[in-house]
Amino acid sequence: MTAGKPLALASVLAAALLAAAPAQAGKTLDAIKARGQLVCGVHTGLAGFSAADAQGNWSGLDVDVCRAIAAAVLGDGGKVKFVPLTAQQRFTALQSGEIDILSRNTTWTLSRDASLGVFFIGTTYYDGQGFMVPVKSKVKSAKQMKGATVCVQSGTTTEKNMTDFSRANKLDLKPVVFEKIEAATGAYFSGRCTAFTTDASGLASVRNKEAKNPAEHVILPELISKEPLGPAVRRGDDEWFTIAKWVVFGLIESEEYGITQANVEKLMNESQDPVVMRITGKSEDMGKLLGLDRDWMVRAIKAVGNYGEIFERNVGPKTALNLPRGVNAQWNKGGLMYAPPVR
Amino acid sequence: MATRPPPRRRDWSWRSQAFRGLVYQVLAAAVIGVALWFLASNTVDNMRARGIQSGFGFLVQPAGFDIGESLIPYDALDQNWKAFLVGVLNTLRVAFVGIVLATGLGTLLGIGRFSRNAIVRGLCYGYVELFRNIPVLLQLLVWYLFFTDILPPISEPFTLGGMIYLSKAGFSFPVPVWGLGQALAAAGAAVCLPIAWYYRRWAIRQFELTARVRSVFLVPVAIVFAGSILGWIAGGAPTAWNYPAPGAFSMEGGASATPEFLGVLLGLVLYTSAFIAEVVRAGIASVAHGQVEAAGSLGLARGQTMRLVILPQALRVIIPPITSQYLNLTKNSSLAVAIGYPDVVSIATTALNNTGRAVECITIIMLVYLTTSLSTAGFMNWYNNRSAIKER
Repeated sequence: MTAGKPLALASVLAAALLAAAPAQAGKTLDAIKARGQLVCGVHTGLAGFSAADAQGNWSGLDVDVCRAIAAAVLGDGGKVKFVPLTAQQRFTALQSGEIDILSRNTTWTLSRDASLGVFFIGTTYYDGQGFMVPVKSKVKSAKQMKGATVCVQSGTTTEKNMTDFSRANKLDLKPVVFEKIEAATGAYFSGRCTAFTTDASGLASVRNKEAKNPAEHVILPELISKEPLGPAVRRGDDEWFTIAKWVVFGLIESEEYGITQANVEKLMNESQDPVVMRITGKSEDMGKLLGLDRDWMVRAIKAVGNYGEIFERNVGPKTALNLPRGVNAQWNKGGLMYAPPVR
Repeated sequence: MATRPPPRRRDWSWRSQAFRGLVYQVLAAAVIGVALWFLASNTVDNMRARGIQSGFGFLVQPAGFDIGESLIPYDALDQNWKAFLVGVLNTLRVAFVGIVLATGLGTLLGIGRFSRNAIVRGLCYGYVELFRNIPVLLQLLVWYLFFTDILPPISEPFTLGGMIYLSKAGFSFPVPVWGLGQALAAAGAAVCLPIAWYYRRWAIRQFELTARVRSVFLVPVAIVFAGSILGWIAGGAPTAWNYPAPGAFSMEGGASATPEFLGVLLGLVLYTSAFIAEVVRAGIASVAHGQVEAAGSLGLARGQTMRLVILPQALRVIIPPITSQYLNLTKNSSLAVAIGYPDVVSIATTALNNTGRAVECITIIMLVYLTTSLSTAGFMNWYNNRSAIKER
């Protein structure tokens, strides 16, 4: 173990070994305010969800969630420090207190919620695992790939889903497991594997951003799993858990009631809709209940827009990823996005 | 020189060197013990306080994930410990083959540095400087991407008479169908091995006594070979082979070495052999030149001088540093995860992610490498003592 990942993992682990007693309730918010910065764990580079440009500016759906929370808590969506994490590092980084929130297309599962010392705060993208194959392989369905080799990134729920699917359909798929997504996609594009598998959104990202010619690759119709992706916070601080959760709900409800980045200022001053007045803090002071300012949600929306705007800007049909809204539409438009009321 | 009288048996005074030594050792052991206890208890406390479950119970839970290549039968429903075992065996496989190949290549390169031919000398020098100065992780990635890029797809593989295939699925070759004949052949070889060894010892002793030259290599090999042939014939001389054939998405039948395995192996062998070459060169250079001249005056040829006079003496200098290189190669194999070879680190990170047992999985990785390294070092120390100069 001379270099690379084991060292990084070991250092995170050492932090866990040497860390002092865990934070008490409410401490995370105080720490963030004292620091003047939210520390947010993100993907090392997945276009549309979290990726840094040449100037080091982060963008993406997961990134915008962190900006919204920073804007609600600190009043400025720019006061975020992004920590890029690999799949294996992410939970240890959150457990050891290296980051305040993990917003890194992470699947919400029972075992993670119950045994890793983390709590998921909600779902920001409903996804499912799929397969991508070259068009010239003439594979039309994942069930045709008997005995095929499949490239996959380690440290994800993907490996287990693939094994389940392979067993259920007697496909005898052979995984080739890579530590980094760049190596996994590199091996796939070089032809080592028949297929590449990850969440469908990730496939779209890889296909449209990494492939030399996106038209040469096709995403197969089968989605073999449910992957509710969402942010998670450390256990033991219920106050912070509630704040993070309700900023996300606020973004979703804002879309439902038509509050956008462009009109939030106007609506705050003019709207007579009781729901809008509550979200913008014109009537009751919802922010106070969370330990935040009255205009917490106004600031979040000013920073990044409502959930629909975040979706359209980063992954929607007008972007390179070209993902349809699908199940991620509002509940009253046939989707699954349903926020409990800000009331 | 006046010898001091031995210390009295029970001298509990502070002025006794033995007593002070004992106190210091007890103190040092206590400090280390307390530090370890603090680390362990603090970790357990923190994990409990944060609701992180811990313990090694997950090892007997079903693993639930497939592994690309395995030396033993493995199924996704097997328990986690078996997945770890598959990983350990994969690590040992690449380490063992790597050590053998790197030793051979490194020795040749080291000897090549003393060649009379300037081109050979220069090539060996260039090789060493090139391969030992590029980070091994980079070399692994380069070899792997090189393999996967230039190899033909499975649909149109490069083949040698339909027996051996080279494609993006790796290097596929036929293997005999295991049956009674093969088992008896292996048994015959096993029976003849001690016979060959005794013959060799006898031949060497005869040479020393009577100076009559007997083959100490070919005849023992022939004995073992004959044993296996006899076993094979006794088992009915089976000739069935399992040939590989290209399928739709993979090579079917036969046995194969995957591009991942070949990439790791090649990267580690080329990197480590550059260091071994330097070790061998230093060992040869340490043998006094008079030995060469003495061998020359006895009428030994250059090859014989190297084989019978120089290398046996150089070995004593070579073995300790070469042991470090073996350990380095074994530990560097942990970089295999970068190019998709399922070694123990790769399996452990998958298991870690599925179960969340970070501390436990890292502990297992550390124990595996510690055990492998200590066993290798132990074996090499034994060999070193055996080949050290015995003063009579």
